[in-house]
Amino acid sequence: MKKLTELCLYDAREGLLNKDFTSKELVLDHIEAMESSRSLNAFITETPEIAIKSAENSDLRFNKGTNRDLEGIPIGVKDMFCTKGVLTSASSKMLSNFIPPYESTVTNNLWNEGAILLGKLNNDEFAMGSSNETSFYGPVINPWKGNNNEQNLVPGGSSGGSSASVAANISLGALGTDTGGSIRQPASFTGTVGLKPTYGRCSRWGIIAFASSLDQAGPITRNVRDNAILLKNMCSHDPKDTTSSSKKIPNFEESIGNSVKGLKVGIPNEFFQEGMSDEIIDIWNKGKEWLKKSGAEIIDISLPNTKYALPCYYIIAPAEASSNLARYDGVRFGHSVNSSDINEMYKATRSEGFGDEVKRRIMIGTYVLSSGYYDAYYLKAQKVRSLITEDYNKVFNSVDVILTPSTPSSAFGLNEKSDDPLSMYLNDIFTVPVNLAGLPAISVPAGLDSNGLPLGLQLIGKPFEEETIYSFAKVIEDSANFKNIENQWWVQ
Amino acid sequence: MSVDKDNVIKIANLSKISFKDNEIEKFQEDLNQIIDWVDQLSEVNTETVSPTFSSFDNDKGMKKREDIINDGNYREDITVNAPNSEEGFFLVPKVID
Amino acid sequence: MNNLVKGNTGDWEIVIGIEVHAQIISNSKLFSGSSTSFGADHNTQVSFVDAGMPGMLPVINSVCVEQAIKTGLGLNAKINNFSIFDRKNYFYPDLPQGYQISQFEQPIVGNGMITIDLDNGESKNIGIERLHLEQDAGKSLHDQHPSYSFVDLNRSGVALMEIVSMPDMRSPEEAQTYVKKLRNIMKYLQTCDGNMEEGSLRADINVSVRKPGDDLGTRCEIKNVNSIKFIGQAIDYEAKRQINLIEKGDLIEQQTRLFDPKKGQTRSMRSKEDSHDYRYFPDPDLLPLTFTDEFVDELKKTLPELPDIRKKRFIEDYDLSSYDSNILVSEKETADYFEAAAENSNPKLVCNWVIGELFSVLNKINKTIEDCPIKAEDLGELVNLIDNETITGRIAKDVFEIMLDTGENPASIVDANNMKQVNDLSEIESVIDKIIENNPDQVNALSEKPNLIGWFVGQVMKETQGKANPKTVNEILGKKLLKKG
Repeated sequence: MKKLTELCLYDAREGLLNKDFTSKELVLDHIEAMESSRSLNAFITETPEIAIKSAENSDLRFNKGTNRDLEGIPIGVKDMFCTKGVLTSASSKMLSNFIPPYESTVTNNLWNEGAILLGKLNNDEFAMGSSNETSFYGPVINPWKGNNNEQNLVPGGSSGGSSASVAANISLGALGTDTGGSIRQPASFTGTVGLKPTYGRCSRWGIIAFASSLDQAGPITRNVRDNAILLKNMCSHDPKDTTSSSKKIPNFEESIGNSVKGLKVGIPNEFFQEGMSDEIIDIWNKGKEWLKKSGAEIIDISLPNTKYALPCYYIIAPAEASSNLARYDGVRFGHSVNSSDINEMYKATRSEGFGDEVKRRIMIGTYVLSSGYYDAYYLKAQKVRSLITEDYNKVFNSVDVILTPSTPSSAFGLNEKSDDPLSMYLNDIFTVPVNLAGLPAISVPAGLDSNGLPLGLQLIGKPFEEETIYSFAKVIEDSANFKNIENQWWVQ
Repeated sequence: MSVDKDNVIKIANLSKISFKDNEIEKFQEDLNQIIDWVDQLSEVNTETVSPTFSSFDNDKGMKKREDIINDGNYREDITVNAPNSEEGFFLVPKVID
Repeated sequence: MNNLVKGNTGDWEIVIGIEVHAQIISNSKLFSGSSTSFGADHNTQVSFVDAGMPGMLPVINSVCVEQAIKTGLGLNAKINNFSIFDRKNYFYPDLPQGYQISQFEQPIVGNGMITIDLDNGESKNIGIERLHLEQDAGKSLHDQHPSYSFVDLNRSGVALMEIVSMPDMRSPEEAQTYVKKLRNIMKYLQTCDGNMEEGSLRADINVSVRKPGDDLGTRCEIKNVNSIKFIGQAIDYEAKRQINLIEKGDLIEQQTRLFDPKKGQTRSMRSKEDSHDYRYFPDPDLLPLTFTDEFVDELKKTLPELPDIRKKRFIEDYDLSSYDSNILVSEKETADYFEAAAENSNPKLVCNWVIGELFSVLNKINKTIEDCPIKAEDLGELVNLIDNETITGRIAKDVFEIMLDTGENPASIVDANNMKQVNDLSEIESVIDKIIENNPDQVNALSEKPNLIGWFVGQVMKETQGKANPKTVNEILGKKLLKKG
C-alpha cells in the first residue's frame, strides 16, 4: 500500500471522510516518517503519544459522525507557539526547559477543529534568522539537494523545521511565523507553499513574540488548497489580542479555482535588483506569462521606497525584540544562572541563554532606542515605514495583486552565510516590505533553477484579501506543475 | 566606526548582556556594519511624515476589555516554571533600594 | 505670604513639584482580567499577562480609561482624544515584562489646574502638567530570607494614574495641601480611594531651593512618600539639606532619594546603577487610545459635585462661613456626614458640633469620620433637641458622651436618664429663691462684683443637674438680684 504520508492534507482529509483509512493509520505513518527523518533535525520535540491518543479520539468522532473540519489531520507546530504541557523553546537555550501552562490561540483553534500535534518544529532562535542555523538545537537540513551535489543546504528560516517537515512529507502541514519573511523564504527554499496572512488575521496570543508589530502566524503546506484549509482553521477574532481583527473570516478554500480573468497584476520595477540572477528573472517572467495566459492584466508599477524596506526593518524588528526579550531574566521561567547579585544574575543568565544572533539584535535594538539615537533611527524608521505602506496603498488602487520573486536566490549551503550577518539579512529583501505594511503574501513554488533547486514566486495582496492571493496562487501552481522531491535520501 | 567600544559596553549594560573582551570587538564590528548600513535611511525626506504606530488598521479604535475579573488565581501555574521559588514566591538575589 | 526659609546667607525659596501615583478604582487590572483587591494571598491575583509570560498580550480595561478621563475633568484639564502607550524599559525583579507600559510623549490628559485653600485663608492655584495611565509593578519583600528577596506580583499591572504638577508649590504646607486636595477630588470622583497606608496613593516630590528671583536650582526627587505628614517632613529636611550644602559651597547633585520616616531624613537611593535610559517607544502590542468628544461629554455628565462647587453651595444654602465650609468639604466623608446630619436640623449648629465636639472626640479616640460611632442622623437629632429646648447645651454634651459610648439614639438617652430641660417657671423660681436665701453674703457682694451673677447661674444648674433652661434662669436671676442691687 502507498504510504499515507504521500497524501496532501486535502486528500488525507477526503480519505478519512471516505473511511479509506483511519486517523490512527494516518498518524502512525507520519510518526514513522518523523522518526526515520531525524537526520533533517526538523523537530525539537516529537509528541507521538499525544498524536496517537488524539488520533484514537478522532477515529471515535468519525464513527459517531461528530468529526470536525480538520479531524484526525497530523500537523507540525513551530516551536514559537506555546503548547500547554509541551516544551516550547523558541529554539533557544533560554527556554530549553519551558513548559507553558497555556495554549496559543492559533493552535487551540486547530485542536478545536480536530487537528493533531505531531511535534514541535525547529526554527531560528526566537525566529531570528533566515537559514535555521541560529537554533540552539542545531540547524535543520533542507530535504532538497543540488544536482549531483551532496552538500547540505539550509531550509530557509526562521520556519526551517516547518518547511523541511512539509517538503519531506513528515507532516501534512505546518505552522510558521513570519516577521520578515520567515514563512515565505523557507517555503521558497523547500518547494512548499507558505502564506503570511494580513497582520491581525491570526491571533498572536501565545506565540512567543519577536517583533510585535510584524509577527504573524501562517501555514506552510504542499499545495495551495491545503494552505487555504489550514489558514481558515487558524484564524479567529481573539479578544485577548488587541491587534486581532474582527473582520469576517471567509472560507478561503472556496477561492481556489476562481478565475483571475480581468484582474490586474502589478510588477514593481524596484524589485529588479542589480546583480539579480537570470534564473530569478526568468522565473518571474514565467509567472507573468502564466497569469497573462489566465486572463489577468500585467501592469508595471512603482514602489519607490522599496530599497529602504530592509534597513527600516532591521531597525524596527530589533528595537521591538530588544524590549520583547527583556522578560527573559531568569526569574519566572527559563534558563537561570545563580548569583548573589541581581545584575550579575541577569547578565549571566542572558549571556548564557541567548545565542549570538539574538544578542546582536538585542544590541542593535537597544542602540536604536537609546537616548540620542531614537529620533535618528527608530522614529525615522517608523516614518519611512509609513512611506512604504503608502506606496502599497497607492498601488493597490490600480492593481489586485503584486507579483515578485520570493527570494533573491535558491537555498544556499549550510554555514555559507552564517558568519556574515548583513549578507544573511539581504535574503529577506523581497519579503520584508510586506511585513512592514502588514499585507498578506504567499510564496508558491514556480520551478527549479539550473541546480535543480526550488524557486518560489511571491504574490502580495491587499489587506484581508487572502482569497485573491489564493486564486492567483492556484493559477501559478497549476501552470508550474511543480513536483516535490522524489529521492528521500534522508530516511534512515 | 559610528559605535565605539564604550558605546558597545553601555548598550550591553542596558541589555543586561555581558561579553568577553574578545567577543566585544566582533560585536562592535557587526554592530557598526549594520548601523552604517541602516544609516541610508537618513537620505529619505520624512519632514511631513508621521510615524507608523501599528500596521493594524482598525477604524473603530483600540479594542477594550470590560472591567471584569476573569483571570488569575492560579499561583501554581504562575510559579511552576520558576527556576527559584519558595512558598509561591519568586526568589531573587537580595535587592536593596 | 512669606514662605522663605532663613539660611546663613539670607533667605531661600523652596520650589516643589509633585508626581502623585494614584491607584485607579477598578475591579480588574489595567491590561488583564485579574483582581486588584488589596490584601490577597501573594501571587494569587496574577494572570499570565501580569507575570510577563512568553506570548502574553495586554488588552486595555475600558473603565480605567474612563476613570482617567474623569480625573482629568476633575482637575480642569485638557483631555487628549489621541494618546499613546509607551514601553519604559528597565530591568527590575518586580517588573516581569522588563518594561512598564506607561504614557510618555502623548498622555491621555494634558494641562490642568486646581485651587488649594491654605490655613491663613489664602487660596493658590497649582498647575497640573499632565496625567497619564501606567501599570504598577510587583513588590519585593526583603525580610523573609537572609540572601533572597521574595517577589509577589499581585500588584503587577494594577492601573495607576501619574499626576504631575507644575513646580508651583513653595512650602511644605502648600505641598501637603495640594496632595490632600488632589486626594479629595479623586475621592469625590471615586477614581482613587486615596488610601496612603495601602499604597493607593504615593507621592514623588521634587525639591529644589533658590534665592528669591533666581533661576530654578538643581532638584532632588524623593520617591514614594506615603503619608501627608511625611511629605511635610521630607520637604523640610530636604530643603534644609540642600541649603546647608549650597551655603557650604557644595553643588547639589541631581538624584533620587528616599525618605526614612524613622529618622525623619532623606537619603540617596543605593540601587540606582547605570544611568537610566528607559528607551521609551510606543508599545506595538497596543494601538493609540482614541475616543470622541461626545464620549468625554457623556462622562462629564456623570461627574459628581466636586469640593469647590460643594463649598460654594454650603456657603450659599446653609449660610456657613467660607472657613467652616472649607473644613467640611476638605474630606468628602466629612461633607457627606455633615449633610446627612443637617438634613432635618439647623445646619449652623450641626456644623459647630461636627467641627467642634465631633472632631475633637474622633481625634481623641483615633477614629475617622467613616467609622464614627455616632450616626449622622443621631447627631442631627441631638442638635434638634437643643434647638427646640428639649435639653440644655450642657446636658447635650452628656448625651453626646453616652451616644459615643453606646451608639444609642439621643431621644431615648434623654428619656431614659431623665435629662429633659426644666422650663417650668415656678420650679426654677423656687430653686433660685432657695439659693438666694441660703447665700446672703454672695447676694450682698453682688453690687460690688456684678460678675457673681455667673456663680448664681452655676448654683442653679448644679441644683437642677444642668437641666434648667439657662435662658429662664438668667431672666429670673436678673429680675430678682439686679432689682435688689
